[in-house]
Amino acid sequence: MSESSHYAPGTHPDLPPPARTTGMVGWVRGNLLSSPLNVALTLLSIWLLWSILPPAIHWLFTEAVWTAKDRKECWALMDAPRDAACWAFIRGSFELFVYGWFPEPERWRVNLTFILFIAAIFGGLRENIPGKKYWLIFAAAYPFIAAWLLLGGFGLEPVGTNKLGGILLTLVVAVTGIAFSLPIGIALALGRRSKLPALRGVCVIFIEFIRGVPLITLLFVASTMLTYFLPPGSTFDLLMRVLIMVTLFASAYIAEVVRGGLQGLSAGQYEAADSLGLSYWRAHQLVILPQALKISIPGIVNTFIGSFKDSVLVLIIGMMDILGLGRARLNDPDWLGLAPELYIFISLFFFISCFSMSRYSLSLEKKLHTGH
Amino acid sequence: MRQKTTAVLSAAALVLGMAGTAQAGTLEDVQSRGVLRCVVSTGIAGFAQPDASGVWGGFDIDFCRATAAAVLGDAGKIEAVTSTGKTRFTKLNAGEGDVLWRNTTITFSRDVGVKLRFHGVNYYDGQGFMVKKSLGVSSASELDGASVCIQTGTTTELNLADYFSSNGMKYEPVTIETNDEARQNYEGDRCDVYTTDASGLASTRSALPDPDAHMVLPEIISKEPLGPATRHGDDQWSDIVTWVLNATITAEELGVTSSNVDEMKGSNNPEVRRLLGVDGSQGSELGLSNDWAYQIIKQVGNYGEIFERNIGVNTPLGIARGLNALWTDGGLIYSPPFR
Amino acid sequence: MIQPAPSTSNPLLRLWRNQESRGVIIQILTMVVLFAFMAAIARNVVINLEAVGKEFSFGFLLWPAAYDIGFSPFLEYTNQSTHLRAAVVGLLNTLLVAFWGCILATMLGFILGIMRLSSNWLVSKISYVYVEFLRNVPILIHILAIYSIVVTLLPPAKKAINVGADAFFLSNRGFYVPSPVFEDGATFVGIVILISITLVFFFKRWAHRTQDETGKIYPVLWISIAILIALPGIAFLATGAPLSWDIPVLKGFNFKGGMAIKPEFLALWLGLSMYTACFIAEIVRAGIVAVSHGQSEAAFALGLRPNRTLQLIIIPQALRVIVPPLCSQYLNLTKNSSLAIAIGYMDITATLGGISLMQTGKEMETMLIVMGVYLLISLLISAFMNWFNHRIKLTER
Repeated sequence: MSESSHYAPGTHPDLPPPARTTGMVGWVRGNLLSSPLNVALTLLSIWLLWSILPPAIHWLFTEAVWTAKDRKECWALMDAPRDAACWAFIRGSFELFVYGWFPEPERWRVNLTFILFIAAIFGGLRENIPGKKYWLIFAAAYPFIAAWLLLGGFGLEPVGTNKLGGILLTLVVAVTGIAFSLPIGIALALGRRSKLPALRGVCVIFIEFIRGVPLITLLFVASTMLTYFLPPGSTFDLLMRVLIMVTLFASAYIAEVVRGGLQGLSAGQYEAADSLGLSYWRAHQLVILPQALKISIPGIVNTFIGSFKDSVLVLIIGMMDILGLGRARLNDPDWLGLAPELYIFISLFFFISCFSMSRYSLSLEKKLHTGH
Repeated sequence: MRQKTTAVLSAAALVLGMAGTAQAGTLEDVQSRGVLRCVVSTGIAGFAQPDASGVWGGFDIDFCRATAAAVLGDAGKIEAVTSTGKTRFTKLNAGEGDVLWRNTTITFSRDVGVKLRFHGVNYYDGQGFMVKKSLGVSSASELDGASVCIQTGTTTELNLADYFSSNGMKYEPVTIETNDEARQNYEGDRCDVYTTDASGLASTRSALPDPDAHMVLPEIISKEPLGPATRHGDDQWSDIVTWVLNATITAEELGVTSSNVDEMKGSNNPEVRRLLGVDGSQGSELGLSNDWAYQIIKQVGNYGEIFERNIGVNTPLGIARGLNALWTDGGLIYSPPFR
Repeated sequence: MIQPAPSTSNPLLRLWRNQESRGVIIQILTMVVLFAFMAAIARNVVINLEAVGKEFSFGFLLWPAAYDIGFSPFLEYTNQSTHLRAAVVGLLNTLLVAFWGCILATMLGFILGIMRLSSNWLVSKISYVYVEFLRNVPILIHILAIYSIVVTLLPPAKKAINVGADAFFLSNRGFYVPSPVFEDGATFVGIVILISITLVFFFKRWAHRTQDETGKIYPVLWISIAILIALPGIAFLATGAPLSWDIPVLKGFNFKGGMAIKPEFLALWLGLSMYTACFIAEIVRAGIVAVSHGQSEAAFALGLRPNRTLQLIIIPQALRVIVPPLCSQYLNLTKNSSLAIAIGYMDITATLGGISLMQTGKEMETMLIVMGVYLLISLLISAFMNWFNHRIKLTER
C-alpha cells in the first residue's frame, strides 16, 4: 500500500469505514459486545432465550394436537400425555367462544358489527380522509347502530342480551364503556374545572369516589345492590347495569386524563378565546377542546385499553364473557384440565387487540403532532 | 354545564325507560315472555355445563326444562342465567331468574334469612372427603393437620369448620371459587383432602387421570338436601315449582316414562289419569294447561330418567341412586300424592 | 363581534342572561336535581328492603363468622370469631399484599425500565417484549395462570425442595422459613436498635450541615451502616443472644413451625407486581429520558464522579417526573389486589365482601363497608404520595 503516500494532501479518496464497525459485525460489536458487562449480559440473555424458547415452541406448536374428539384422544396422539398443547379443545368450541349464544342464522349481524367497528375507528380517527365529517358522524352513531344490529328490533329479529357471550360480550362491554365514557368524561373534566363551587364539588366527589374503589366492588354493586335503588317492582337488565357501571368507571379515568390535557394548555389560549368574545361553549368547542383532546390522546387510548382488559372482571359476577365462558367449558367431562390452553388462547386475544390499539395510538400521536 | 344537565336527564330517562316493571306474577311474566329463566351454576360437571355449541345440559338443567315444559309446553324454551355461588340468591331476588335450580342446599338461614322459598328436594347429598390412597388415611378422624380444598360460597366451609373444631382437630382451609380450580389444587397436591358434596366428589374423581388412586372416605359430615328455590311472595309460582318436582317423582313411582307416557294416558289407574290430565282439572287449578305433567314426562322424562341420563352409573360421573332411590326402593325420594 | 344585549322585559330571562346570576341558578338546579335523585334512591332502598323483609343494620358484624380463614398472619382468628374480626383479618391481608406488591413492583419496574434503556440490543429487546406482552393481558389472567403454575409445578409438601440448612423448604404448600423466637433480653436489644436509628438520623443531619458549611463530605452511608450493625450487635452479644429460631419440620400432612409464605399470597403478589412493574418500567424509562443530556454533562464538567452524578443530578430530577404516575400505579395495584377472590387469598373482598355476605345476606352493609375501606386506603396512599411529591418537587428560587 505504498502508493497511498503519493496522494497530495487533501486529495486522498474517502476509504470505506473499517469492516469492524459496519455491517453485521459492526452492529454486533456495537450493540451486543461493547463492554465486558455487555458481553456477560448478552450471554445471559442468549442462555435465557435458549432455555425458554425451544421447549415453548415444542409445547405450543410442533407437538401440539389440533384435531381430536376429547382429551383422551389428544393424549394418545402425543409422546406422553400432557406433553404438549391440545388445541382441539379451543378449535371445537371456537364458534361458541366468538359468538356466545347468538342464534346461528343471525351471526352475519355480529360479523357486520365487527366490520363496522373497525371502519368507525379508522374513519373516525384518520385526518386526511375524504368526507371526514360524515365519517365522524358515522363513528358517533356507531354505538347505536351496533346496539340495533346486535339486539334487533326495527325489522331485525330481536336477540336477548343473555344471548351475548364470549368474545362478543367482551367487546360489547368494552366498546360501550369506551364509547360512552368519552363524552361523560369530558363533561366531568369541564365540571371539575368549572368556576361554580357546587358543580365542581359534585364532579370531584364523583371522580374521586369511582377512582378510589376497585371495579369488582362496583360490579358487585351492579349485581347485588342496584336493584334496591330502583323503584319497587321494577327490574333492570343485568347487562345494562354492568354497562352503566363500566361506563361510569371508565369516565372517571377519562375525566382525569382530559383534565390533564386542559391544564396542559397555556393560559394564553383561554385569554385569546375570551378576547375574541367567544362564549364559554364556543371557546371550548373551537379553541380549548380540540387542543386539549389532542394532548390527551395517549392517555385516552391507555384508559380504553385498561377498560378493555377490565371487561374480563364481569366473570366474577357470573357473566359469560370470553373468560367466564371458557371456564364453564372447562367443566365439560370430555375436556377437563385444559386450563393452560384456554388461558393462552385468551391472553393471545387480548394481546393482539390491546397491542394493535396501542400501536395505532402511537402512529396517530405522531401524525397529530404539529409541534413548532 | 347545560350539556351535563342534559346528559344527566337523558341518562335518567334511559334508565327509567329500560326499567320495565315485573315481578307482579311470575307465571304471567314467564308466559308473556315465552321463555323460562333458570338461575344455574357457571359449570358443575353433570349438573349444569354448556357443550361445545353452547347448549346447556345436566341434572339441574333438565329440571329447568321440565318446568318450562309444564309452564310453556316446550322444554326447549329455557334460558340459563349463570350465577356464582355468591350471586345466585341476589339474582333470584332481583328478578333476573324465575326459579333457581342450582345445587342449592336448603338451610334455615337461606329460607328465613335470605328470604327464599324452597320446594322439596331433588337430590339428597352430604358432604364427604376424598383423599389419595397413597396417604394411607382410612377415616376423616385421621385428618388432623391436613390441608383441605373447599369451594367457597357454599355451606361446605361452615360444615367443615364445625366438623374439625368439634373433633378437636386443626386444618388449613384452601378456599377456591370454582370446581375446576379446586380439582387442579387437589391434583397438584396443594391440599391433601378435597371436600364437597358426595356427588361433586364422584364427578371430580371420575375426571382425575387415575380415579382408582383416590378414595372417598366413609364419613358424611353433613346433610345437604339440594332443591329448587323461588322468591318469597308468589304462592302460585311456588306451587308450580313444587309440583313440577313432585310430578317427575310420582311418574317414576307409577312407572310412567317418556317412552310409555302416551299409552299410559289410557291407563285405568286413577292417579295416572289425574297426573296426565286425562281426568280432573289439576292443571288449570295450578294456572297451567291440563296436560302439564304429560308434557314434562313426554319431553324430559321422569325422575329416574333424568338421574340416569345425567349423573347415573352409566355416565362419566357414575353415581349410584343410593339415598336418591325411590322410598319404595329404600331411598328418600318421595312425593306427596296427586289427589 | 360585540352586539348590544337584546333588551327584554322578561325579568327571568334577564336573570338568565346575567353571567353571575346564571351561575347561581345552575348551581341551585344541580343541587336540587342531585338531592331529588338521592332522596328517590333512599326512599326506594327503604321500601325495597322492607318488601323483602330485610333490615339495614350493622349488627351482624358481631355475630360469629363460623367459617375458617387459612391465612391470618397477624391476628388470632377461629371460626368462633366475629364477622368484624374476619373483616379486619381480610383488611390486614389486603394491606400486606398491597405493601409487598408495591415494593416488588417498584424494584422490578426500575430493573425493566433500565434494561429497556440498555445499550445492549438483546437486553433492551427482551425487556420490550416482556413489558409489551404482560401489560396487554388482563391481570386476572396473570393471577390465575401464575397460581396454576405455582400449584402444579412446585413439588408437594412431602417432596419439598430443601432450599438450605434444613430450615428453608419450598413446596406448593408454601415457602417455609424459620421464625424468630424472642427470649429474655430481646426487648433491650430492640431499644438499642431504636437508639441507633435515632443516632444515624442525627448524624446524617449533622453531616449534611457540615457539608453545606465547610464542603467536607463524610461517607455517611458507610458510617450509618456501621452504627446500625455494631451497636445492636454488641447489645445482642452482651445479653447472651436472646433469640432462637423455630425451624419448620415436616410432620404428618404439613410442615409445623416456622413461618410460611402461602402459594395464594405468592401468586397474587407475583401477579400484581409483575403486571404493575410493566407500567412502572415505562414510567421510569420516560422519567430518565426526560432528564436532558446537558444535566449529566454539566455534572461531569463540575468534576462529579458518575455515581455521584446519578445520585445527585439524574435521580432527583427523574423522580420528579416519575413520582406522580408511580402513585397512581400504587393505587391501581392496591385496588387490583381485590382480585384475590379468584384464587382464594382471603382479602377483605373475599372475607367480608365474599363469605360474610353469602352467610348473612347483608349485601348493602357489607359492600358499603368494603367500598369505604378501599376509598380510605386510596385516600391515604394519595395523601402520602402528595406529601412525598411535595418534598421532592422543584423549589424555584
